[in-house]
Amino acid sequence: MKRNLREQFIWLLIAFGGWLIIDLLTFGGVINSFMLTIITMIEINVILAVSLNLILGISGQFSLGHAGFMAIGAYASAIITQSLPTIWGFFLSIIVGIVISSFIALIEGIPTLRLRGDYLAIATLGVSEIIRITINNLEITNGPKGIYNLPQFSNWSLVYIVACIVTLIIVNLIHSKTGRAILAVRDNEIAASAVGVNPTKYKVIAFTVGAAGASLAGSLYANYIQSVTPGDFTFMQSISVLIMVVLGGVGSITGSVLAAVVLGVVDTVLQNYGALRMVLYSLILIIFMLFRPAGFLGNWEFSVKRFFTKQKSSRENKS
Amino acid sequence: MEELIQQLFNGVFLGSIYALLALGYTMVYGIIGLINFAHGDVYMIGAFIGFFLITELHLNFWVTLVLTMGLCALVGMLIEFLAYRPLRHHGAPKITSLITAIGVSFLLENGMSFLFGGDSRSFPQAIKLVNFKVGFIHITNIQLLILIVSIALMVLLQFIVQKTKMGRAMRAVSVDQEAANIVGIKVDQTISFTFAIGSALAGAAGVLIGLYYNSLDPLMGMAPGIKSFIAAVFGGIGSIPGAAIGGWLIGLIETLTFTLGISSWKDAVVYAVLIVVLLVRPNGIFGKKAGEKV
Amino acid sequence: MKAKPQRVKILALFAFFMVFFSGCAAKAKATGNESHSSDVLIGANIELSGSAAAYGQAVNQGIKYAVDQINKDGGVKIKGKHLKLKLVVKDNTTNNYQTAMASSNLASSAKVSAIIGPCVSAGVVAALPKTTEAAVPELSPSGTADTLTLQRDGSVQPYGFRTCYTDSYQGVILARYAKNVLKADTAVILGDKTSDYSEGLIKSFTKEYKGKIVDTMYYQAGDKDFTATITKLKNKKFKTLFIPGYYNEAGLIIKQARQAGIKAAILGPDGFSGDTLFELAGKENVTNVYYTNHFDAMAAGNENVKPFINSYKKKFKQEPSGFTALGYDSVYMIKQAMEEQQSTNSIKVRDGLAHLKNFKGVTGTMTIDKFHNPQKDVIVVKFLNGKKVSATAVK
Repeated sequence: MKRNLREQFIWLLIAFGGWLIIDLLTFGGVINSFMLTIITMIEINVILAVSLNLILGISGQFSLGHAGFMAIGAYASAIITQSLPTIWGFFLSIIVGIVISSFIALIEGIPTLRLRGDYLAIATLGVSEIIRITINNLEITNGPKGIYNLPQFSNWSLVYIVACIVTLIIVNLIHSKTGRAILAVRDNEIAASAVGVNPTKYKVIAFTVGAAGASLAGSLYANYIQSVTPGDFTFMQSISVLIMVVLGGVGSITGSVLAAVVLGVVDTVLQNYGALRMVLYSLILIIFMLFRPAGFLGNWEFSVKRFFTKQKSSRENKS
Repeated sequence: MEELIQQLFNGVFLGSIYALLALGYTMVYGIIGLINFAHGDVYMIGAFIGFFLITELHLNFWVTLVLTMGLCALVGMLIEFLAYRPLRHHGAPKITSLITAIGVSFLLENGMSFLFGGDSRSFPQAIKLVNFKVGFIHITNIQLLILIVSIALMVLLQFIVQKTKMGRAMRAVSVDQEAANIVGIKVDQTISFTFAIGSALAGAAGVLIGLYYNSLDPLMGMAPGIKSFIAAVFGGIGSIPGAAIGGWLIGLIETLTFTLGISSWKDAVVYAVLIVVLLVRPNGIFGKKAGEKV
Repeated sequence: MKAKPQRVKILALFAFFMVFFSGCAAKAKATGNESHSSDVLIGANIELSGSAAAYGQAVNQGIKYAVDQINKDGGVKIKGKHLKLKLVVKDNTTNNYQTAMASSNLASSAKVSAIIGPCVSAGVVAALPKTTEAAVPELSPSGTADTLTLQRDGSVQPYGFRTCYTDSYQGVILARYAKNVLKADTAVILGDKTSDYSEGLIKSFTKEYKGKIVDTMYYQAGDKDFTATITKLKNKKFKTLFIPGYYNEAGLIIKQARQAGIKAAILGPDGFSGDTLFELAGKENVTNVYYTNHFDAMAAGNENVKPFINSYKKKFKQEPSGFTALGYDSVYMIKQAMEEQQSTNSIKVRDGLAHLKNFKGVTGTMTIDKFHNPQKDVIVVKFLNGKKVSATAVK
């Protein structure tokens, strides 16, 4: 247990190091406010991709409904911070968003998670679209116009911290008893239930935690961009998160983080190509997938632990 | 009441387009288990090909229809050969093919938008519109044409799949690729053929829709693409009659939302019905129960 | 699991440090971008792909045409120097977060003096915080939502501008036109529930219209089948059909309605403007159709209108649409703002735009009011049998 703690401490140090580098570069004027925008967007995408990977890669459930949960978080924050424009109001709104979306995920998950593969994908897509259409038709959400002129509470630094915490929580969840049960259900549902693991229960756990992550990302997004419209959360948004997860490697949390970063950079570069932008993007996507079908990292995972034990063993070999 | 019956007719005509598209989805899914996201965009390409054949080469409508189906079949085979086959040979996970399918879909949409602009074009009126009135029901000759052509193509398809040698090969490959290979079926060729047929149907739908609504644009495949996939799921992916029934069902649900005055909830109603159907019948209306392997 | 409290402590410590240190990156007050060479950079943040691509591409065409014209005519004259305009175009894919990124890129990285775009209201709203932070004005050619240029407390957005009139302005004019000119005391509205443009128009029309609104129905952008709607319409009694939407759907609605024998007057907003409407509807069906437009040769508000239409037609072999004209005017507005202020500094350009008076644009002679909306005439055009029979400027 102690060693585990040390690893986590090192992990946090690395994260802190990354944060410090960005902070110092900003302070030194190397990173301008545009780059900070990209960095913040990448961080938000990291939260989305990691939480979807928990559902898709770790739990093995094909969900196309991430945008819906993101919408719930975003609108919760938008509505609450409108009338309560303080940082505490913002934190409250994050919690409200997480509670609502977890609740919906629970209700949605219990019946639908027994569907298989693509049927589940379409069912989750359906729920996500129903959420969006509901938002589009309600008064409190201001219909298709959305809500704007929101106060800006999230900045790159806050989102960075939240992204690290979310990643840490999900990685810890994977390595816990619950996580092993989730993996067991993914690998062989029948065998898992034979040894007393309730498949539905663990699928729903993964699904709900993933949904909460999406909602959190939505809240941060809303108060960063300072506006939300139903059009932000269409099925295409779910697809773009899915692309990140597959590009990084299904099941690899490190891969999801990496893919969010790479796609953020690619997006920025492609902005300059005018109408060719999406053509190039799709070509890159197709060619990349043809040459690396398992994504950047397959299911390889960066691990502080392995990093250190490897070094140690090589040292031992030398002596 | 009269309005309701008229709306039912409208729903059937709208639904036959969804059904025609759903057939392509269902065939490809049935044989290689891939949601061919680019299918809706092949339909768009079909509309564009039809547009150019009529306006530039001044061909007659029936020749255009057949030629478009042939060209779209080629497009479908090309997509399969370039984007999906390498992955299949590689033994890549299905989700990878799904992402390339999304990539192909983006490429077709944005490539066409880049080449021809994003604005709608008007489809030439290749067949003169005639209004019929049967009792109190209004029908146009083009609506009837769509219905008849769709049904004819569905029957033809059912015949190909059930009665021909290629159809037997398709069914064999869909059950077990390796076993099919062992008994001497050329798997790649069969899959290629499936894509050709599915895409030809999409091309036909493109021309028919172009003629019916008189409008085409590079993004026209997006919404019907998803809708018709849902139609395929409704009916049970892999089942040809299922796809047809699913298409008509969605068409009817959509038009009914207008009668009920809840048109702004149209898609939500479609999805809600879909979810309920899936919960009652997890493999769709006509879906086969996949036996669980232990 | 004993380690748990310690984990929490570490996390808390970590979070504390970061929040503590993030003070280091305090922002300096923006001083605006300006040109230091013989070029002036202008940014365009436009919907070149995605669902609004059709309209974005039209606007972009107008912008490019205007930049070429200005450079051909000697560029922007500032302090005796002739500066050439240089356009930096970013495609925002009609996605709000890409739009925010694009504006941030133009304002903070490309260092442009002014930004034209986005075309869609929701995009403008997403982009404004970024440009405000960098002190660069954002001039939307076609974002019509009323609240676009307003902050939450109702004060004006310092860096938000627009070239077109607002939804409520247009909605009011259409409502009055329906009642007073068309003498229609009953109306049906057929709008797009997913579009804020449509919603805004419905709201202001409903509020102003003195007749009876029989029903309000909805379609969705991208729909091609309207038979269900039309069937419903046929069983209703009304004098005018108001379609607050764009030509891509309106063209089809007009065609299908006329073919089904609906003869009522059809009223539309500026979204109708463009040749595509006639192509889609079929010329013979565009009869008894009225819509608002930004410019028209028959109701030219100033001497710039006709030459623009003629030279544009000569070059591109088609009528400029309202979107193209708005993109075109946006560039000239920025040029005039720069010349009046004799500066390319983005803060000065903002001041110039805010005080723009009697600007002779092709979409009318306009003066920017204190809420950064242009005060200009709305032109209502009337069509019979596919032919324009009149165009009148309405104040």
